Amino acid sequence: MIPPGEILRISFRSLRANKMRSALTMLGIIIGVAAVIAMFAVGAGANRQIAETISGMGSNLLMILPGATTSGGARMRLSSDSALTLEDARAILEECPAVEDVAPVRRGTAQIVYGNANWSTTVWGTTPSITSVREWVIESGRNMNDSDIRSASKVCILGQTVAKELFGGMNPVGEIVRVNKVPMQVIGLMKSKGGSSTGSDQDDIMFVPVTTAQKRLFGSRGPGSLNNIIAKAKSSGLLSEAEIQIGNLLELRHRIRPGQERDFTIRNLQEFMDAARESTRIMALLLASIASVSLLVGGIGIMNIMLVSVTERTREIGIRMALGARTRDILAQFLSEAVIMSLLGGIFGMAMGALGASLLSRYAGWQTIISPFSVVLAVAFSAAIGIFFGFFPAWKASQLNPIDALRHE
Amino acid sequence: MAKLIELSRISKTYKLGDIAVEALRGIDLTVEQGEFLAIMGASGSGKSTLMNILGCLDVPTSGVYRLNGENVGSLSPDELAKIRNQQIGFVFQGFNLLHRMTAVENVEIPMLYSGVPVEIRHQKAKEYLQLVGLAGREHHQPHQLSGGQQQRVALARALVNGAPLILADEPTGNLDSKTSAEIMDLMGNMNKKSGVTVVLVTHEPEIAGYARRIITVKDGLILSDERNTRRGEQRA
Repeated sequence: MIPPGEILRISFRSLRANKMRSALTMLGIIIGVAAVIAMFAVGAGANRQIAETISGMGSNLLMILPGATTSGGARMRLSSDSALTLEDARAILEECPAVEDVAPVRRGTAQIVYGNANWSTTVWGTTPSITSVREWVIESGRNMNDSDIRSASKVCILGQTVAKELFGGMNPVGEIVRVNKVPMQVIGLMKSKGGSSTGSDQDDIMFVPVTTAQKRLFGSRGPGSLNNIIAKAKSSGLLSEAEIQIGNLLELRHRIRPGQERDFTIRNLQEFMDAARESTRIMALLLASIASVSLLVGGIGIMNIMLVSVTERTREIGIRMALGARTRDILAQFLSEAVIMSLLGGIFGMAMGALGASLLSRYAGWQTIISPFSVVLAVAFSAAIGIFFGFFPAWKASQLNPIDALRHE
Repeated sequence: MAKLIELSRISKTYKLGDIAVEALRGIDLTVEQGEFLAIMGASGSGKSTLMNILGCLDVPTSGVYRLNGENVGSLSPDELAKIRNQQIGFVFQGFNLLHRMTAVENVEIPMLYSGVPVEIRHQKAKEYLQLVGLAGREHHQPHQLSGGQQQRVALARALVNGAPLILADEPTGNLDSKTSAEIMDLMGNMNKKSGVTVVLVTHEPEIAGYARRIITVKDGLILSDERNTRRGEQRA
């Protein structure tokens, strides 16, 4: 057997002799591998983004919304008055054992003024529990407390964006701002959460005690009404248990008879996220399989060109056989040409795929992750393609009859 | 003298569709080491088939072929490849050099398949190129060499593995008469000096005249087998 180094040298030489052809054949593999790498990167990136969104939102959450769910899935308001109250929130916390914490939310938009600066933002009237439920962190100052809720204190906590717009670089804690003309003291500043999965700025927000929001800011909708209640289950395993407990409790409290439509909706955010994750996974799988098809086409291109090469070089094969090349020498030579093309294509393709992924994340804003697994997979796969599609032409070459091969023009 | 080639009742039948063509019909031939033999015959006489069988490129339908005492008929394709590599040096009409390879690389090919280390291969290839008078042209590619020079490279390639048998199939068919004479002289010298056996296939009487023994093949049989007495006057 000829040493592998010699075989490689011979193969490289004959590939170089047909530079254009070799390059074009490799291009098929390059595109295939690049597509696989890029698509895996996009898929992994989307998965991570969803995971981050979930952890940013808080985990094991149930969202309770006023209004019923119709069979079509659209939410309908039963009346202009909200069906959810602070008392409902309190009752959920006290009477549902599977629930760990509850944050009621009364939400609205308000104009905030400090000195000459003013900024319009979303105001969340809520309770101190919001920090644990939605995983907000107080960066400086303090959280609101129970006495703020009881007395509907005129205090607020700012998100980073609001603080920056109104105060520039200055520390806002202790300053007085006017929220819809109501003066309020800034007691705290939230740590930044960054953009959400949908691209909106999560830091463009302000928190006030829920009672303050109801009585002083957005009081027109009737006393005690809420936009929603966020409930956190004790564990992910207790999520559906908590959903049932809350449902039963609210049916009782809202005097809903059996068979009557509920005037509230409970949404399981975990399920929502799982569905999102699943659809991303399917999407990534789809893209990867399309990419794999192009890899397959690249492999067929290699087989095609190797068959042409064997026909063209029949005389060379005959000469080599006459001079003492064995079946396996010829087989090894042509097989190594195919593997070199596909492997080189795989390596170039990997670089192109990585480049493509980084361009996607830079210009399209998609998060992409190139995992070592996908790199190993792509390179191993391209080598396998070389062997698989190179074997038949190489075998054909090795089975040539030396006399016929020598006579070939 | 030891017997290098022993053919007994060699026949070869080809099937062309439904018709069986008898190319060889029982050939008996013994060639001793160091002989310079020419096989003559018209096209279709079976001389090419005989050549292919002698070169272990083809196997006979029946009969026994012993090369250097070994019965070649029972060998596998890979074992035949080894015989071709070690025992036989080919010289073809069309030179059959690998283009895009230099002279020295072409001469190295038989050693590549016998597993000679690269340095020795290189050294030996250069020596043999010198021997055939191509010193200084080691790194020329075939298209940079004349026909005669290409045939010299082929001769170096045939000799380099130390094969006891050189099979030359119309070696001067593509050369002018002056170059033909040079190549034939070179082969004659190799035969005389190193004792390598040369079997030459040709249809030109002048070329056959270089051999010491001339065999004529017709219709798959040996028609005549005679010592070349004209050798002296032909050379003059």
